[in-house]
Amino acid sequence: MLIRKPSDIRSSEITPRGVYLNRRKFLAGTAAAGAAALAGRAAAVLLAPDAAAADGAKLNVTVKSPFSTTEKQTSLQDITHYNNYYEFGTDKYSPARNAQALRTRPWKVKVDGEVLKPRTFDVDDLIKLAPLEERIYRHRCVEGWSIVVPWNGYPLSVLINEVQPTSKAKFVEFVTDLDLGVMSGAREPVLDWPYREGLRLDEAMNPLTLLCFGLYGEELPKQDGAPVRTVIPWKYGFKSCKSIVHIRFAEKQPATAWNTANAHEYGFYSNVNPEVDHPRWSQATERRLGEFFKRKTLLFNGYGDQVAALYAGMDLRKFY
Amino acid sequence: MTTERFIRLSKPVVFLACLVPLGLLARKGIEGRLGANPIEVITHSTGDWTLIFLCITLAVTPLRRFLRLPWLVRYRRMAGLFAFFYALLHLLTFVVLDKFFDWHAMVLDVYKRPFITAGFTAFVLLVPLAVTSTAGMIRRLGGRRWQLLHRLVYVSALAGVIHYYWLVKADVTLPLRYAAVVGFLLACRVALYFADRRRSAPAAPAYAERTSP
Repeated sequence: MLIRKPSDIRSSEITPRGVYLNRRKFLAGTAAAGAAALAGRAAAVLLAPDAAAADGAKLNVTVKSPFSTTEKQTSLQDITHYNNYYEFGTDKYSPARNAQALRTRPWKVKVDGEVLKPRTFDVDDLIKLAPLEERIYRHRCVEGWSIVVPWNGYPLSVLINEVQPTSKAKFVEFVTDLDLGVMSGAREPVLDWPYREGLRLDEAMNPLTLLCFGLYGEELPKQDGAPVRTVIPWKYGFKSCKSIVHIRFAEKQPATAWNTANAHEYGFYSNVNPEVDHPRWSQATERRLGEFFKRKTLLFNGYGDQVAALYAGMDLRKFY
Repeated sequence: MTTERFIRLSKPVVFLACLVPLGLLARKGIEGRLGANPIEVITHSTGDWTLIFLCITLAVTPLRRFLRLPWLVRYRRMAGLFAFFYALLHLLTFVVLDKFFDWHAMVLDVYKRPFITAGFTAFVLLVPLAVTSTAGMIRRLGGRRWQLLHRLVYVSALAGVIHYYWLVKADVTLPLRYAAVVGFLLACRVALYFADRRRSAPAAPAYAERTSP
């Protein structure tokens, strides 16, 4: 696998966010005009300015990643108002309202298990572990929709190398915060709370796997998993873990939330795969938010060059 | 005001009221307030209103019997036809907006996806009911046969609830709420059936009220 070393880009060379958003708004408006009669998208773009979505603190994002796609990015409005974050309600629109009550400072992330240097990080220290990159990734939900998000973070491998897994560490488990005071959704037994996800260690070490602190150059909006989450672009969205408080290295495959809820429908791997249908719906196509026609879903969400080797010799139908 | 006059005057009002959900949805669409995934919102809204109108239709008989308001039945056809109307919009949303006439994918869906099989069944069962909803058709079929045919609405409502239950990922609260309502309304019929049987115990024709126009 060839990984180009990303060149340093001075912050002065990056288009200011306002200009950038205006340009995007113009493009979005133009593109949407055609579909307006059908779905009223143009009005949505004009009436719901991106700026309304978030007012998070700016991040010092210094690296543009060669892994970024050049596809049209989903608007901040849509990224922040169409969320699966069951702790804040099971419909897509509740998290934008309910997650605002989550307190994300102070925030500790405990890293332990099969590591030589277990450590509890304050999130403000964790974010300084490596230069923040912009990674524009496709993000595919198991439900059949997708978005393109300019995430900000650094490879999870940086953190893993920092704590030095022992030879026994084969898996990494991530645990989301469980604050029943504000997470009204988690008071319902919809999933076995707290939300847990997991990766094989080599998946976690893959350069694509991101420890993510922001998007669009600002701190993560709370409904998108503030203050720190993972992003694993070749897997269905639920494999990413939001608002992480605990990262544990383990010898055995950890129990994960959706797999525990319904193993038949949500496998541990859950790699994006158009050939392997969800038992109740097809995964062959997806609707990119903002588009009318469905597009074909790509194996590993189009990241096969980077990750296919991880699964060499595995029957992807069996290990779905 | 006589009951007859009240019914005649209120029917257009009820008709317009039944169009309000569609109107609100259309307004949201025009104002661009359908959110990030407008097609999903349209799908869910039309599906919800189909179930709501099915419940309203099924509520007419228990209500008129328990409250002794026989004239309520005069609104039943309208409620039933609006259930069909919203079901049709729901299906058209699937065919046009969601799948954009990809017949191959749709046939596979109906065949392979239990929740779509159930939903499609629920819709298909409503078609003969809508077709035979006119006074002429009731006359041609005869009250008894017509009534028997229209019991299909029970199956359709159940299939509709199952359709909803099978499609959600984990939170079955809403489908269960519909299931409870439909279950209750069907249970009312069982109760009414036994009450009638006890009252008309020896001989006596199974009450005539129901078959009269």
